Amino acid sequence: MLIHALAFSALIWLIIGGVGIFFARDFILISNRLFPLSALISIFMALLALTAIASGTQELILPIGLPNLPFHLRLDALSSFFIFLLGAVSAGISIYAAGYFRKAEGSALGLQCLLYHIFLASMVFVMLANDAYAFMVAWETMALSSFFLVTAEHRHAEIRRAGYLYLLLAHIGAVAILLSFGVMAGSAGDYTFDAMRGFNGGEFWGTVAFLLALFGFGAKAGLLPLHVWLPEAHPAAPSPVSAMMSGVMLKTAIYGLLRVGFDLLQAHAWWWGLLLLLVGLASALFGAVFSAVQTDMKRLLAYSSIENIGLIVLGMGLAMIFSAFGMNSFSALALTATLYHCLNHAFFKSLLFLSTGSVLHATGERNLGKLGGLIHQMPWVAWLALVGVLASAGLPPLNGFVSEWLLLQSFLFTPDVPHGYLNMLLPVFAGAIALISALAGFTMVKFFGIIFLGQPREEKLAQAHDASRLSRLGLLWLGAGCVLLGLLPNAIIALLAPVVESLIYSALLLDTRTGNWMFLAPYSAERASYSPLIFFGGIAVLTLAAWHVVRRRYHDRATRVPPWDCGFPMQTGRMQDTSEGYSQPIRRIFSPFFKRTRQHPSAFDTRPRYLSIVEDPLWYWLYLPIAWLVERCTRVVDFLQHGRIAVYLTYSFATLIILLVLTRG
Amino acid sequence: MITFYAFLAQLIELIAALLLAPLLVGWINQCRAWLQNRSAPPLLQTYYTLHKLFHKDVLLAHNASPLFRAVPYLIFACMALASAIVPTLSTTLILAPAADAIAFVGLFALARLFIALAAMDVGTAFGSLGSRREMLIGFLAEPALLLIFFTTSLISHSTSLSSIVKTLASTDFIIYPSLAFAGTAFVMVSLAENARIPIDNPTTHLELTMIHEAMILEYSGRHLALIEWASALKLFAYSCLGIALFIPYGISATAGIMPLLTAAASMLVKLAAMGFGLALIETLSAKMRIFRAPEFLGTAFLLAVLAMLVHLLLEVGK
Repeated sequence: MLIHALAFSALIWLIIGGVGIFFARDFILISNRLFPLSALISIFMALLALTAIASGTQELILPIGLPNLPFHLRLDALSSFFIFLLGAVSAGISIYAAGYFRKAEGSALGLQCLLYHIFLASMVFVMLANDAYAFMVAWETMALSSFFLVTAEHRHAEIRRAGYLYLLLAHIGAVAILLSFGVMAGSAGDYTFDAMRGFNGGEFWGTVAFLLALFGFGAKAGLLPLHVWLPEAHPAAPSPVSAMMSGVMLKTAIYGLLRVGFDLLQAHAWWWGLLLLLVGLASALFGAVFSAVQTDMKRLLAYSSIENIGLIVLGMGLAMIFSAFGMNSFSALALTATLYHCLNHAFFKSLLFLSTGSVLHATGERNLGKLGGLIHQMPWVAWLALVGVLASAGLPPLNGFVSEWLLLQSFLFTPDVPHGYLNMLLPVFAGAIALISALAGFTMVKFFGIIFLGQPREEKLAQAHDASRLSRLGLLWLGAGCVLLGLLPNAIIALLAPVVESLIYSALLLDTRTGNWMFLAPYSAERASYSPLIFFGGIAVLTLAAWHVVRRRYHDRATRVPPWDCGFPMQTGRMQDTSEGYSQPIRRIFSPFFKRTRQHPSAFDTRPRYLSIVEDPLWYWLYLPIAWLVERCTRVVDFLQHGRIAVYLTYSFATLIILLVLTRG
Repeated sequence: MITFYAFLAQLIELIAALLLAPLLVGWINQCRAWLQNRSAPPLLQTYYTLHKLFHKDVLLAHNASPLFRAVPYLIFACMALASAIVPTLSTTLILAPAADAIAFVGLFALARLFIALAAMDVGTAFGSLGSRREMLIGFLAEPALLLIFFTTSLISHSTSLSSIVKTLASTDFIIYPSLAFAGTAFVMVSLAENARIPIDNPTTHLELTMIHEAMILEYSGRHLALIEWASALKLFAYSCLGIALFIPYGISATAGIMPLLTAAASMLVKLAAMGFGLALIETLSAKMRIFRAPEFLGTAFLLAVLAMLVHLLLEVGK
């Protein structure tokens, strides 16, 4: 029943999109009616999925598709959880989008409305699909609709280039996923997931299927070294689309990886987990370091998404290692942290992307070096972005901290892993996680401080306006999500329990003896406990008490004066740290990570020009050589190409003859 | 009964921290002055300064935002909470289960983020310089601090500060070699986190070298007083934490007034010794260039890793 309702809601999304393209000229209808309606459907879906998480598996066969291969749909705990994530986050994004599309940017609003809703619906079907065919159709629809959304402003060459890169990597990934399904389906030729669940093709073929899936889903998730499309595509897309891609679409890849790694392939070798862990760690570290040195605010967030996806995959790898050694209860802890972080990242990253959207709208600038002081003009956006910043920096009492805490707790159990050196190696990785989250803190201070604080770096910033009412509502929804996810971890973990249980047959045990719902205490309160409510309450009470006492005991006089600045009177907005200046220590400390081009003016230069470009070295080490290789290979087969139809027909004829000869014997 | 006692112990600890933190700073300044052959300021000088600052008017820059005005109260609250969580006198505290060692690190990170943001708020060159350097020190020190806590957590099978201290205090003088490494790393991290020599100089206002002072240049009056008090609380919390983790003998693990009093007495002696030690370190070393800080804190991180490996290699299974 629930599955019918979910499929039907996705259909309504498609209808909304259809209405949008049909009345493409009717701006008011699309922005004030269709997008809010779509947000309501998102909420409805989130509620449906919420009830579906604990209510067992449901299946449905849609009579569309190939003659002998109808679409199999299946709603289990894992897919319900990810649909819940999609619904809850897209509700905020859709309501924001209603207020965002003010003037026509790039392609027409009606078309964007259609593509946006196809994108949403296809993600639902990705999570519902129960056979490889339906999955691939939904997956490709998702890739294509998001490609067209990314290239909405296709008149700019760099946006077309970003879109092309995205399409290319999405398809290379899709091929790998298809091959992985092929390996799992084996010679039986049954492409339903139910058949793949009984996969017993031996360790070798299991490994092949897993590696292919890791490659394919890794390309979508933005794992190293397949991450290059992400910092290009996210800034190119309109902000609600970036938010949707980063917050939700990357999670479909995580969903796929979980589906293949834990559900379809049940037996895993421990080194699969180690591989996931190392890839995740490399991506997280890379993302953290690179996001710290970005100057474009959306690129900065894109790299930060790579970092967070890395942490998610790292947690997944840890869960896999534990479960490979039969330590299912610890595995449950790591997996809970992983899923929790998926939800957290979806909320705070879409919140941050949407705030950059508002800034972009109000100022027309994406470059951090041309912003500043916007907290005065845009207080709503600024304060809500601060919530996202604190969450993204992994600070208590917000949500980012809870999943990090759970992840670190699960690392504390790694010395028990019965393996010679893994039990020595793994605890040290906890230090790397702390480094990554501290770097995220650095980046977030830079992001918020340069955009919203200080003096405006350009004169036009004085005319910036706050977000419109509907956009504020969207930001508020996501900000409230971050706060609630941070303050009520026990409720969320209870929600995740059926999902974790369906994947590893063991759920995280919470100690509810001593505390009540207030304390988050995995296993036992003596071992570890954290109470965000008391934590938050403590800070709030002490802050208010300090404020009150200082006012009552002394006074609250304040005089407005020019800034002191060690007595320097000529301070202007241009003398503040730019984004490049702020991240200079990172460039210096992590210099082996970067490919830098620098040009320093000499002291006597009358027209000094300072240049510093930081690039991703992988682009030069990996991608350009591959591109060169492909070009060389095509040149080799170039002689086959003549442009005359007669020659091509001869080729076809020859191929046919050869095939016939081969198949005859 | 036990909750009443825990509540009482908690209240006493919070008040003691609030009152004693400026005294610790005054004591360190006095020791340093003696060691450097200068005439020392009065022991209570910090209190006089705070009192004076609270009475003065606040001079706010024209473009200071509400965030700028809220931050002093916020970081004061964070530091007060931190010093209330550290099991200084007793291990039965009512706030102890609310935050374990990891949340404790998070609490400091939260305060750091707020002050770094406030430093950028007025938009002066020094503010963003200080903010950038502070975040640099922060992201280098935080992993080391977390690994130190991890080592102690592995020893005591718990990340709860109370349980860690209880375990370390009750083992009858088993020597953990790992704690020697962890302790050294902890001292290095504490120096960096509290803006002391050799990373930062709390008495400097020389433009190019300051970190913490650069961030709070624009603050005055009661805001500055709260920030100074918060820094004192931070130093106090770190000192207490160091004592609790590495020399915990004498802390009260049982309920009662007498254990609490003996714990307070031994704590005072240890704090005084620790303050003298800090003054000695500050007198004997010179401030480093800012880009030597990564090496210093990298060493601390490696020591923390060593501590963990030593624990896993030598002490597990004992």
